[in-house]
Amino acid sequence: MKPFTTLTGIAAPLPRANVDTDQIIPARFLKAITRAGFGRHLFANFRYREDGSENPDFVLNQEPYRRAEILIAFENFGCGSSREHAPWALLDFGIRCVIAPSFADIFHNNCFKNGILPVKLPREVCERLMEDARMGGNARLTVDLERQVVVRPNGEEIPFEVDPLRRHLLLNGLDDIGQTLQHAAAIDAFEAKQRAAQPWLYA
Amino acid sequence: MPERKPRTLFDKIWDAHVVETLPDGTALLYIDLHLTHEVTTPQAFDGLRAAGRRVRRPDATLAVVDHNIATDESRRTGITDPESRLQVETLERNVREFGVPYIPLLDERQGIVHVIGPELGRSLPGMTIVCGDSHTSTHGAMGALAFGIGTSEVEHVLATQTLLQKPARNMRVLVEGNLAFGCTAKDIILAIIGRIGTAGGTGHVIEYAGDAIRALDMAGRMTVCNMSIEAGARAGMIAPDETTFEYIRRTPLGPKGEAFERALAWWRTLPSDPGARFDREVRLAAHEIAPQVTWGTNPEAVLPITGTVPDPEEEPDEAKRAQMRRMLEYMGLTPGQRLTDLKVDVVFIGSCTNSRIEDIRAAAAIVKGRKVAEGVRAMVVPGSGLVKKQAEAEGLDRILREAGFEWREAGCSMCLGMNPDKLRPGQRSASTSNRNFEGRQGPGGRTHLVSPAMAAAAAIAGHFVDVRDYQPREALA
Repeated sequence: MKPFTTLTGIAAPLPRANVDTDQIIPARFLKAITRAGFGRHLFANFRYREDGSENPDFVLNQEPYRRAEILIAFENFGCGSSREHAPWALLDFGIRCVIAPSFADIFHNNCFKNGILPVKLPREVCERLMEDARMGGNARLTVDLERQVVVRPNGEEIPFEVDPLRRHLLLNGLDDIGQTLQHAAAIDAFEAKQRAAQPWLYA
Repeated sequence: MPERKPRTLFDKIWDAHVVETLPDGTALLYIDLHLTHEVTTPQAFDGLRAAGRRVRRPDATLAVVDHNIATDESRRTGITDPESRLQVETLERNVREFGVPYIPLLDERQGIVHVIGPELGRSLPGMTIVCGDSHTSTHGAMGALAFGIGTSEVEHVLATQTLLQKPARNMRVLVEGNLAFGCTAKDIILAIIGRIGTAGGTGHVIEYAGDAIRALDMAGRMTVCNMSIEAGARAGMIAPDETTFEYIRRTPLGPKGEAFERALAWWRTLPSDPGARFDREVRLAAHEIAPQVTWGTNPEAVLPITGTVPDPEEEPDEAKRAQMRRMLEYMGLTPGQRLTDLKVDVVFIGSCTNSRIEDIRAAAAIVKGRKVAEGVRAMVVPGSGLVKKQAEAEGLDRILREAGFEWREAGCSMCLGMNPDKLRPGQRSASTSNRNFEGRQGPGGRTHLVSPAMAAAAAIAGHFVDVRDYQPREALA
């Protein structure tokens, strides 16, 4: 996993609440068996018209947002299905940070596993960042995970909270299976105890 | 010994599965059952292969295909869509290579992962259950802690049989009193989501309790727990009781004999202790719940069938008003329209929410001796091969076919628009599934979520109707 330290880039405004994972990537595109290539299907139902051509009204089809690395949205971002294809599609498009007032739990988890930073900020702050984002290429945002601040184009720094363990894993690009396997002896011991007490759980 | 703090059902299952607690409070949580399907696992097995890892507990893992398969006869001659075929073949290669038990497409036990887990007796009270699928919350109906995970976590569980988790907060939803005539588990959960909203349960595990929940059969409890995620809660659960235990006794793979008695002793200790603390509590009066229909593009946008399409201009909050306008435009609705005036093009009875034998019986009871309205395409997709077999043994397929319903093979079907069963743009459906998101049942499709009885009645009338006016005579006796 690519570490996330500091990101400075164009932010795309998506002023909607309840952006669900079926919007982020519709189920008909979930048939691939690798993690690559989902970016072209990101927000497919909004980005493309029925004949397959680009919908010029959708933000990610407009300059400079085709190069957006940050997405600003409203409440309950990523609700619905557990599909990790949603963060894969964001990442493959080039988005490494989503800022919103709240996130759905599973999507929030999935972001951290893929080097994407979800930043929770109050609605009124998101509205101000949305205004910044509307200024396009003249208004780059900086997201600094080390210092836990979002820096607005006017230099104002907005602090954000992030779980310390997740921050550590993200800053260092660590895969957590390796970490967990360091506890293999504890897992063995748990299984031995459970197998004795609840043998019906073991074949 | 000091008296133990009263604990909730969730607390008890959580405590029994903590392998270790990390310094920051994150728990390494042991997983008792890992259900897997073709869509969210290929990248996880690839990860294992790349790292030279094995599946730690194949005996605690079960694989099945359900999402992208056809539900008509074409499945018997091979999968025609090349991408779907590759995904299914990839799962088959992975289960062979890693030794994971697998139920193939043409096995009679094949079905939707959240139908077969309980039905086979693999999902049991007190377990931790995960699957790369958000509707894993369904299994909470057994009195288990069950939740959906992403593919990276699927890989983590395959490799370590654990997950890194922070404890959730406890929420209790009490549904008190008795459900009124014609109202079902689906109406309960839609009413709950309408009350608390699509993010109302975020960060929480919901325990459903109260007389109306206790009175539900296991299928109804699964319907309720299934849609917990639609209220933002990763898991929903119901305390195991005699209804649960009787259900498990009849399953093929549930514990038997002495093992059952031993398990039963532990299961009886699971219900929340009197005085256990819930971070949040919500109460609903069951008798006030009418048959529900969603009108918008998330499950919170729901009303009683007696209602009319709301007017965004009456909504004071600007952001909500904009969202409502967008929903009405997408759904092709006008403020003030009566819900009973909405014509349907397609009726879909199926999905992990409502495809069990009880659901099919409810639909058949409405349909018996009647005909599907002209121009309506109506289909029933049983949740598993075993449900299908049971329904056929009861003659329900005949009642449904004679009325003009398509009678299909088991699978996720039209719930999610990734297999051949899809809505066309602009088509309006009455669907017993769980999500009415934009494009969920196919791009441009307009989904209204309802109970199986409401869906069946809409198929007959050609538009939404109040099922209480449509109940069969014998139900009134």
